[in-house]
Amino acid sequence: MALDMKTVLIASVLGLFSVLPLMAEQASQVTVTEPWARASIGSRPAAVYLALTNTSQAPATLTGLKADAAGHASIHRTSTDANGVSSMAPVGEIILAPGESIKLEPGGLHGMLMQMNAPLKKGTSVDVTLVFSDGTEQPVEFPVLGIAAKGPEG
Amino acid sequence: MRILSYLGAGVAAAVFMLAVGWWRSVQTSPPDLPLRLGQMAFEMTDHRGNRVTPQDLLGSPAMLFLGYTYCPDVCPTTLSDITDWLEALGDTARDMRVVFITVDPSRDTPEAMAEYVSYFDPRVEGWSGTKGNLDRAVAALRARYERVGDDLEEYAMNHTANVFLFRSDGSYATSIDYHEPREFALPKVRRALNEPMK
Repeated sequence: MALDMKTVLIASVLGLFSVLPLMAEQASQVTVTEPWARASIGSRPAAVYLALTNTSQAPATLTGLKADAAGHASIHRTSTDANGVSSMAPVGEIILAPGESIKLEPGGLHGMLMQMNAPLKKGTSVDVTLVFSDGTEQPVEFPVLGIAAKGPEG
Repeated sequence: MRILSYLGAGVAAAVFMLAVGWWRSVQTSPPDLPLRLGQMAFEMTDHRGNRVTPQDLLGSPAMLFLGYTYCPDVCPTTLSDITDWLEALGDTARDMRVVFITVDPSRDTPEAMAEYVSYFDPRVEGWSGTKGNLDRAVAALRARYERVGDDLEEYAMNHTANVFLFRSDGSYATSIDYHEPREFALPKVRRALNEPMK
């Protein structure tokens, strides 16, 4: 019995190693530039921003975010109507055609981290993983800028 | 008789022009503008724990805007924009009062506001009031807000994101839209500061 368990364990570890390089290869179809996060206070929501370019020949569909630092992570869009009223709503999938780029930036799309385990402190960084529809995951490290930051340069 | 008919035509033309003028004024009448600060009736607590009213702002030019500290995107950007404008305006805006009114007073206590505004220009004040006072303030600004979502922790607030600018006599000068480029926003603030009072 013990031997069986060991075999299973070895098999699964080997299996994991054979899948990992494949995942990394698939994930590299989308190039990430200018990632940054805004410092946050207490458990209040935090926002992360970045630019994405699909460098592959096939469409890439971003379906969500994962972050250990937050209880819940998703992509939101801020929009402002004709009366100047701003609202925020979760965005479903974001489909990037081959060669297409999008920017998550203040006042538009942003990665929203909710139920923060700890506030994001300026000068640190936060890891957020992009999840794509084909199951690939792309980890991104976001440098944390000040609360008053408006772009990747601060 | 001929003179009379000329006169008649003249009167008809004048009436027509008046009617056109009236119609045009009806068509282009501006939307409701914010009240003067002196006419607003609400009271709140600022981030230092003082009781404050809009009348306290009289004597200085003032910027008022709505927001909430659980807002991760629009509100810090607006505060950051304002901080940049104040810096660019230098001495011109030395006496400017900048008032951030929370639309989420149940989470944004004066203590929470104090921590939040400490990250921005020291002129930024955070005002927090009861729902009744908030509603009166928002109505006086001809603005809107609403709560979105039932979750006790994760709800969001939709709100007017304009910055309302008032002259030192409390008259409403202009408003700056969210994300209005700096090259438009700054001249608007300068003009409002230099305009004769109304």
